[in-house]
Amino acid sequence: MTALGPHAFFIIGSYLATFAVIAALTIWIIADNRARKRELARLDHRQHGADGP
Amino acid sequence: MTFINQLANPTRFMALSGGLLPWIAGLSGILFIVGFYGAFFSAPADYQQGETIRIMYIHVPAAWLAMFFYSLMTVSAIGALVWRHPLAEVAQKAAAPIGASFALICLLTGALWGRPMWGTYWVWDARLTSMLVLLLIYLAIMALWRTIDEPTQAGRAVSILTLVGFINIPIIKFSVDWWNTLHQPASVFRMDGPSIHPTMLWPLLVCAVAFSLFAVALHLVAMRTEIMRRRIRTLTILAADRAEQPGAQAGMMARGPAE
Repeated sequence: MTALGPHAFFIIGSYLATFAVIAALTIWIIADNRARKRELARLDHRQHGADGP
Repeated sequence: MTFINQLANPTRFMALSGGLLPWIAGLSGILFIVGFYGAFFSAPADYQQGETIRIMYIHVPAAWLAMFFYSLMTVSAIGALVWRHPLAEVAQKAAAPIGASFALICLLTGALWGRPMWGTYWVWDARLTSMLVLLLIYLAIMALWRTIDEPTQAGRAVSILTLVGFINIPIIKFSVDWWNTLHQPASVFRMDGPSIHPTMLWPLLVCAVAFSLFAVALHLVAMRTEIMRRRIRTLTILAADRAEQPGAQAGMMARGPAE
């Protein structure tokens, strides 16, 4: 790779914008997954508590 | 078809996807390293576009994935409407934000590529406009999922909207052939083979596979989340029913046997 030349701003900007969108999407999907996992565990625990003696 | 039917069981899907996820994500990471190495250190600058050609390695995979995820949603919509496949609606709902993100990346990187090459960030060109319409359709579908509480009813409405919106996919693909546009014509998927030099083509294809695997990994996680969300909804309804039952029985006992 040589220097990115006079259009470096646009090239680096494209990669940064892509990284930002992908990072936001990934964080959102993983955070949603973890929140649902916790909620499901809480509900399962409550249900087993209700079924118990 | 048997394999797809086996996947219809959410428990089996959760087990299979949980085992596959680390491998898909890991392979995607390796291919990103190889693809970006090729894009920045192996592929030459373009004789006309100079170094801005480096934007192609993210812009083109993003465009392909934006169209791929919409096509996947269309197949899922058919699966949900015709065969009522249990995972079809789940796959459809999980795909929308991912497809929308890639449509947004395609538009952003296209604008940043357009400024130095065309002298403008945006022009109401057929290809650019149809891609913007795709992003708006994605956003409409995501909004519709949130508007209707009952998942089956929401799924039916979204499926119909998805099928109607599919008309935009061939428009995006062939817009550069049907209209006189600023956007260049297809250079990879052509009847007479790719017109890109192999030194630029291989990093592009590796980057495309890396992005695709990463998107599939995200889709699997989002599908697992949606399955859990539906299980939570069922458990909450069951718990509410159970909570109501003793009250109803107590009410009947209080009224006594006179009736």
